[in-house]
Amino acid sequence: MHYRHWSHVVLLGLLPMLATADPSPSRQAELETLLYQDCGSCHGMTLKGGLGPSLSPERMERFSAEAVTGIILYGVPGTAMPGWSDLLTEQEAAWLADQLKQEPPPSSR
Amino acid sequence: MPLPFSLKPLLLGGALTLLAGCQAMNPAAELRGTGDLGVVVERATGSLALVDTSEREIIDRVEGLGDLSHASVKFSRDARYAFVFGRDGGLTKVDLLTGEIVERVIQSGNSIGGAISQDGNYVAVANYEPGGVKVFASDDLELIADIPATYENASGETERSKTVGLVDAPGNTFVVSLFEAGEIWTLDMATDDPKVQRYQEVGEMPYDALISPSGRYYIAGLFGEDGLALLDMWHPEAGVKRILPDYGRGEKRLPVYKMPHLEGWALAGDQAFFPAVGRHEVLVADTGDWSLIERIPVQGQPVFVMSRPDERQVWVSFAHPKNDVVQVIDTQSHEVVKTLAAGDSILHMEFTPRGEHVWISARDSDHVKVYDTETFEELATLPAESPSGIFFTDRAHRIGL
Repeated sequence: MHYRHWSHVVLLGLLPMLATADPSPSRQAELETLLYQDCGSCHGMTLKGGLGPSLSPERMERFSAEAVTGIILYGVPGTAMPGWSDLLTEQEAAWLADQLKQEPPPSSR
Repeated sequence: MPLPFSLKPLLLGGALTLLAGCQAMNPAAELRGTGDLGVVVERATGSLALVDTSEREIIDRVEGLGDLSHASVKFSRDARYAFVFGRDGGLTKVDLLTGEIVERVIQSGNSIGGAISQDGNYVAVANYEPGGVKVFASDDLELIADIPATYENASGETERSKTVGLVDAPGNTFVVSLFEAGEIWTLDMATDDPKVQRYQEVGEMPYDALISPSGRYYIAGLFGEDGLALLDMWHPEAGVKRILPDYGRGEKRLPVYKMPHLEGWALAGDQAFFPAVGRHEVLVADTGDWSLIERIPVQGQPVFVMSRPDERQVWVSFAHPKNDVVQVIDTQSHEVVKTLAAGDSILHMEFTPRGEHVWISARDSDHVKVYDTETFEELATLPAESPSGIFFTDRAHRIGL
């Protein structure tokens, strides 16, 4: 079972330099809904974990922002984590990664 | 200042009138049956909307239920109480008639759902963290049994697995699947000390399961491979077998943005309808030999595939991002006969007991819509805060629900 070792299979370094501009405020609101509701359907609506692991800032500390962005865009092979690159731009994934790494975490809704 | 004697009865009478007035204002306090009641989970606010399916309205709200993302609900044998299984490990018993919380325990860190036993005496909860099943007395939620879902991983270490697809089965039995372990367990509740039977290597990553309305077939969907795992409860000695093992073989799966649900077995005559994982298809299998009959193309990745109680239609909801419609499949022609735009982020559907209406929750539209299932006419729109699961009390008397 590869599931528990997913952190080892993430391919890093394939991402080009990430754009620095944030998504528009209205898109940010949509992304926040996506994060808590849709990511939340596996990771828990407060992101404390579910069928997918917890996305707490403490756990996210183990990954660079680029790594988290990569996981969001391309998923984790051998696990239930899909790649979201059909639905999210690189910039949007990077913004989500930033949210996840923030201390304190963005207020859950 | 002491009141004059003569005023006392007057005041008392006034207070009684006031009390009676309060009761009359709370419709749940009227003398009534529960057969047309139900609940809608409002996941953002941690509340339940109590609904009346005859009047098609919200009659009360119950708050303080914790994190209700992915919450599910079972009903007591008398259909008066709802057991609410919260994501945060909370198990809450709610009185539908008074709208009050009767009991509440935080029984784990993270749970996914539960079941009530055939005799109504036990409520079991499937937990993610720590992985396992806990069994409670349904009357006072006292802990009866704690069954850790331990297994040996590939490196020979003992670990606990997340548990999913917990259902009740005839013989006062619970059946559950172990996500990481790839196992199915049955828990015999003949006594307070459950007897556990393990079925190993049933398939990669069972993510959810269902039991047929008769209680004969327990079927777990597999995320880690194409196919499903089937346990024939009439012949447990035959073990678990794989069914539909090669649907979509060699085809690339789409990214799965939301896990399908298997609750609400869609059975029509000798056909079973299932959501395909990572495909825009509903699968139809022959329940005689479990062979694949057809793959019906639909507009997105199916999440719920549920048959109307008369089995003439199958209704399908979808995963993000194509989740603003539901589709209706005719079970004879296998054609999609209707696509209904019921709101943004549709999460759940529930039929009234005999199927004349369907209630559909649309999370991001903050409403529940009620449709006539024959004419598809919209009958009502009820406001609700991020509504997700809808559960009607007729489930109290159905195996596996």
